[in-house]
Amino acid sequence: MSKETEAQRIVITGCGLTSPLGDDLATMRAALLRAEASIENIEMRHMGTVHAGVCHFDARRWQGRRELRNGTRAGSVAIYCAREAVADSGIDWDSVEKPRVGVYLGITEHGNVETENEIHNISQFDYDTRYWTHHHNPRTVANNPAGEVTLNMGITGPHYTIGAACAAGNAGIIQALWMLRLGEVDLALAGGVSESIHTFGIFAGFKSQGALARHDDPNKASRPFDKGRNGIVVSEGGAVYTMERLTDARARGAKIYGEVVGYHINSDAVDAVLPNAERQTQCMGAALAKAGLTAADVDIVNTHATSTPQGDIQECKAVRAVFPAESCPRTRVNNTKSYIGHAMGAAGALELAGNLPSFDDGIVHPTINVDDLDPECDTGNLVLNEPARADDGVRIILNNSFGMLGINSSLVVKRFAD
Amino acid sequence: MTKEECKQVVLEIIEEIAPDEDLEGLSHDVRLRDQLDLDSMDFLDIVMELRKKHGIEVPEEDYPKLASLDSCAEYLTPKFNAVKAGA
Repeated sequence: MSKETEAQRIVITGCGLTSPLGDDLATMRAALLRAEASIENIEMRHMGTVHAGVCHFDARRWQGRRELRNGTRAGSVAIYCAREAVADSGIDWDSVEKPRVGVYLGITEHGNVETENEIHNISQFDYDTRYWTHHHNPRTVANNPAGEVTLNMGITGPHYTIGAACAAGNAGIIQALWMLRLGEVDLALAGGVSESIHTFGIFAGFKSQGALARHDDPNKASRPFDKGRNGIVVSEGGAVYTMERLTDARARGAKIYGEVVGYHINSDAVDAVLPNAERQTQCMGAALAKAGLTAADVDIVNTHATSTPQGDIQECKAVRAVFPAESCPRTRVNNTKSYIGHAMGAAGALELAGNLPSFDDGIVHPTINVDDLDPECDTGNLVLNEPARADDGVRIILNNSFGMLGINSSLVVKRFAD
Repeated sequence: MTKEECKQVVLEIIEEIAPDEDLEGLSHDVRLRDQLDLDSMDFLDIVMELRKKHGIEVPEEDYPKLASLDSCAEYLTPKFNAVKAGA
């Protein structure tokens, strides 16, 4: 293979994450294979008790107390994940050319937390805006989480966030792929982050929409594909990857988690909130075509399914259309939100992390909490409640992530092989 | 309120907004920004905390008067006492 072609091959060489299941990949993977969810009940301003996926990472590991006080939760999640990714990658950070590093982070939304907090703050002062903080604008500009990473790490290359609703985690990775292929940067820190459990508006919005999960046991509240599912569990979290051109990764003898071989993003252009199976089908098909693969090549399909009655059915319809069980005997379909809830802008990147270790261990983690499978969600190849061993190993993962305003994204990642 | 008490209030605010800074051994007559890692946003935090916690308004043209602990005490002590008397 020519050097030029190799330089177009983009690989994942490091992973930093925080999730309700833990703050590193090994801990998260272990919980997934134990089929253990981690959802808590938290008290939410104006709403009372709600279910949420909460992260407990040590923010002080990489940030001073003043930096934490001045920054945002999304920024803190992003810094933790980016720092951990670099540490995991084995890159000698001091010798990295900082103008050649790009930070591309997917977000569902940003600024709601700070705006709600400030409105609450001035409500204590009879809505006198003299008490509105001067930190509001730097905290709420849309590039905030990525910008905080650059400030913390001294990165002088490009940084921005990609607003793509709940497809954003995949979109961050796709952006990095493009920028590396274009030669704009040599190292990308890419993925997605979410601070959404700190804004009551997200919870209240889903509740008004009839899409907020409730269950006596919070760990059973997120239950995609189960007949009893009744909505979304909102979570915070983040996953950031170091991504490099294969030539660079090889040159430094990097551990390679996987190669991003295919992707696609499209739009439903139908409805602001209701998903569309036809466009999702097209999105998965286009991602496979770019990868030069067929559906039967795929070992794991990570579904976006959020545990809403309608959304899960639409996605399963699309998955059945692309991966009919009878002609795709290798393909297994799973879901990670049943453990961690919906990590919004982080979902795509975090769920990919959940599946990446399957390249090494050959195990497909199940979707859990399926006591009574909804026949309309039965794709014929779902891995339910118990992990499944892939007899021939896992070679290809297709990672779905969809979002409001009808945005769909599919990412295809391949186990690295020369 | 004495000037020394006023300095203590200012130090408590700085301790809160710059918790990583060591406030021991500060020179009272040297600019705070020459001794501590304080940026313009931190400085505005001091102004905001004076407003929120103590009802003291510092107009923008008077910001230079908050440069050192000594100048803070000189400028703020009468304001603290005025607020106290008003209450």
